[in-house]
Amino acid sequence: MRVGVVVFPGSNCDRDALHAARLAGAEALSLWHETPDLRGADLVILPGGFAYGDYLRAGVLARFSPIMGAVRDHAARGGLVLGICNGFQVLAEAGLVPGALLRNASLRFEHRWVRLAVARHDTPFTRAVPAGMQLRMPVAHGEGCYYLPDKDLARLEAAGQVLFRYAGPEGNPNGSLHDIAGVMDAAGRVCGLMPHPERASEALLGSDDGLLLLRSLVESGADEATA
Amino acid sequence: MTSIATLPLHRQLGLTDFELDAIRAKLGREPNDLELAMFSVMWSEHCSYKSSKPLLRTLPTQGADVVAGPGENAGVVSIGDGLAVAFKLESHNHPSAVEPYQGAATGVGGILRDIFTMGARPIAVLDGLKFGDPAEPRTRRLVQGVVRGVGGYGNCVGVPTIGGELVFDPSYAGNPLVNVMAVGLLEERHLTRAVAPGPGNLAVLFGSTTGRDGIGGASVLASATFGEDDPSKRASVQVGDPFAEKLLIEASLELITRGLVEGLQDLGAAGITGAVSETADRAGTGIRVDLDAIPRREEGMAPFEVMISESQERMLAIVQPARLAEVVEVCTRWGLPAAVIGRVTDDGLITVVTGGFDAEGQPRPGAQVLATVPAAALTSDAIVYDRPVQPPAHRRQAPAPGAPESASDRLPIRGMDPGAVLLALLGSSNLGSRAWVTTQYDATVGADTVEASERAAAILRIKGTTKGLACATDAVAGVGVFDPYLGAALAVAECSRNVVVTGARPLGVTNCLNYGDPEKPEAFWQLAEAVRGLGDACRALGLPVTGGNVSLYNESPDGRIAPTAQIGIVGLLDDLARRVTPQFRMAGDIVVLLGEAVPGLAGSVYAALAGSAVEERLPSLDLAREAALQRMLLIAAHARILASAQDVSGGGLAVALAECAIWGGVGARLTLRVSAEPAVELFGESPSRVVVTVRPNDLPRLQALAAEYAIPLERLGEVGGDRLQIELVGGGAAGAAEERGASVADAVDCSLASLRHAWQQALPRALGDEAFVAPPIRSTEV
Repeated sequence: MRVGVVVFPGSNCDRDALHAARLAGAEALSLWHETPDLRGADLVILPGGFAYGDYLRAGVLARFSPIMGAVRDHAARGGLVLGICNGFQVLAEAGLVPGALLRNASLRFEHRWVRLAVARHDTPFTRAVPAGMQLRMPVAHGEGCYYLPDKDLARLEAAGQVLFRYAGPEGNPNGSLHDIAGVMDAAGRVCGLMPHPERASEALLGSDDGLLLLRSLVESGADEATA
Repeated sequence: MTSIATLPLHRQLGLTDFELDAIRAKLGREPNDLELAMFSVMWSEHCSYKSSKPLLRTLPTQGADVVAGPGENAGVVSIGDGLAVAFKLESHNHPSAVEPYQGAATGVGGILRDIFTMGARPIAVLDGLKFGDPAEPRTRRLVQGVVRGVGGYGNCVGVPTIGGELVFDPSYAGNPLVNVMAVGLLEERHLTRAVAPGPGNLAVLFGSTTGRDGIGGASVLASATFGEDDPSKRASVQVGDPFAEKLLIEASLELITRGLVEGLQDLGAAGITGAVSETADRAGTGIRVDLDAIPRREEGMAPFEVMISESQERMLAIVQPARLAEVVEVCTRWGLPAAVIGRVTDDGLITVVTGGFDAEGQPRPGAQVLATVPAAALTSDAIVYDRPVQPPAHRRQAPAPGAPESASDRLPIRGMDPGAVLLALLGSSNLGSRAWVTTQYDATVGADTVEASERAAAILRIKGTTKGLACATDAVAGVGVFDPYLGAALAVAECSRNVVVTGARPLGVTNCLNYGDPEKPEAFWQLAEAVRGLGDACRALGLPVTGGNVSLYNESPDGRIAPTAQIGIVGLLDDLARRVTPQFRMAGDIVVLLGEAVPGLAGSVYAALAGSAVEERLPSLDLAREAALQRMLLIAAHARILASAQDVSGGGLAVALAECAIWGGVGARLTLRVSAEPAVELFGESPSRVVVTVRPNDLPRLQALAAEYAIPLERLGEVGGDRLQIELVGGGAAGAAEERGASVADAVDCSLASLRHAWQQALPRALGDEAFVAPPIRSTEV
């Protein structure tokens, strides 16, 4: 499995994502935002950070960068894409996953450890997560309040595109509708989530639950390669 | 009052008549206006250390691990495996008082540049924040702005903010303190110095363009006492762009690791003037500056504005001509403009030229020389003062500044339940949970944070090794106000102890000395005493001072701040698996107090809340005992004897025990020997004490170690249950407390839930933010 991590100017979790992808057993390399070439990546990760400074609105400028055309084509071909935090914001702005990320309900930046309930285990993002297990990992963002108009939200829920919800005593850190922490596109190949699985990939750092998501993707990649 | 416009230029720029004469002597002629402006920023207290330099020379700076010491952008210590750590503390007090968000944000930006200029990737930020009464609307506005500013910058550049301290004291009301510590990791072979060697090399400015923001920040803001709110000073506060800084970090580190630069210096105080004169002076060279080549963001800037602007996120690289194309390519790829703005010369002069250079770097025909100043005269040979010192007539006036004059109803002291006192302390603005602050800081970016900590050392791992770093920053201003020597020495002892209780060996000390107007002998005496205390404590503990910062003129119309020596220490854990954490671990573990209480409640949180000087003595510090305790703790941690260890400081032993219980989610049943004044044992803050727990069968080994190092050891009881119970025995515990007049009588008996509630609600309540939702305490829900 080859993982490409996009580096936008202002990305600051790219190195963390590379590190975690390697821990999960993948070959991982950086992809520069100005070069529309995914270098053979099976999975593209859009990492956390403040792409282009997040000026104007989080993620809004990054979607126009040259590499996003290649990411869009990759997704259209059924390639796997994972957007984490700012990467989720970029995917939402680019229309690759439904919804919008608004300012946190507290109107503050929120760094907290949260717990995620996993809605489905039959996806390439979650297949290695044991049933019933909640995942502990940090969130760190100012704009993570998931929003969709009611009608679209009902459709999203009915289609089973909600993958992660905030749960447990830590609760919902940002006021997201339906406690949504992460969603998929309709094809189930592009996923965006606000929490940081790459920061929860070693017990030494407080949790290795996040590694289960990357392991799921590595397993999926291996299966698809042999299929 | 004289209007500023009618003053002679040198006075308008903050130079004295005496200093003007000294400038004339150094130049052998009258300075022109541009030269005067350059001197005014470089001879400001902030840049020149003209008052503090003679004091700072007395500090110990040698150590086996020291790679770079004071005088560099940051201290650097070796941690083995070819790796080294760069770290430094710096103040941004006055800008933060004027414009809290930008002041704090640029404080973070400035200290981060000091770190990556050395070739180190920044891996952590810690902040030491001091404000006035949290009930005051102005304080709340400052706290909100500063915390948002620290977070806004650190979160965006992707450097985790992992620890620090937040202290409220009325003396900071008009002059808050914003001290920021940054830590970076580098390969020793990439250590880079801020030098301009090799005549003929190019001076390349890269990063943001130069504007009018921050004109005279060093001289106007950092080097004068505040008047009333003065909007005219707002233009002196720089505006930060963390996005540009992030690009600057990546570009600078790429330039360094590819060996493309001969020297690198960030542009901070005094802007281009500071960077060119410091790099040239360190290398014994000069730099000829091509004023017209400096990229600007505003039209019509005067030469002096360009030369002293403190526009943020700029770097100066010294580059061999053959490497220029590669350097420009790297900067351009990171979206940063780069321009050759000068040439290194062999004449030791900073020359500013307008009209352009030819291909050889010589001024074109018709070009005009605007300034010619020896680099040394601006930096290493700048003016130094031998200021008079005068101890105040009343050295230990009581009560503490800001403490209510009469007994307060905030803290029950006489004949009351000591458990209620403990809850009042935990629920006070200075001792409650810092989650209101820390939830606004990204503490986990970088995927290296093992422990982010509110009241102990924070721990980072070093990828690819078993090693970790313990980082802490502390000040003991409550004592410093009575005795600045003791305040500084206690801060070193406490900060070092906070690092040592994790099992980490302290590597070096950085400091930020926040004092008043050095031209006032009593204020300068405070600084002199603090430096003496800092030096004595560092020598006793075997710690080199690797760098630091002095912030003077911390006064407002309301008075002088409590003298504050903010200390920062980084320690090395060879094996993270042996690290020790503060919280109680397991029911049945034995709770032990190492060290013993000595009388002296002055300067404690207890005394401040009690509203009257309970007794006027200060705690005493035995540096030899402190050193022995710390040596013993390191051996005990290495031998894996300790199940937990927590420093006893603010709020005393009772608060330390409560924190261990809250964080561990388990109580304890304890017995404490007390004197006729039980507050000393329970709530006193005398130093050199640590609460540890051990498995029952490890107790004999701990006792043997304590005996070997002559450390008093008291077995307090056992971990267990869901209450913190402390039975008091001895002189002060018998009989009817009220009749005896003792301050504290019966046992402490508090449920964990009540302790947790008091601790969690303290800060949001103090700041009037009832909407804040405290995060659950981790140990209670695992």
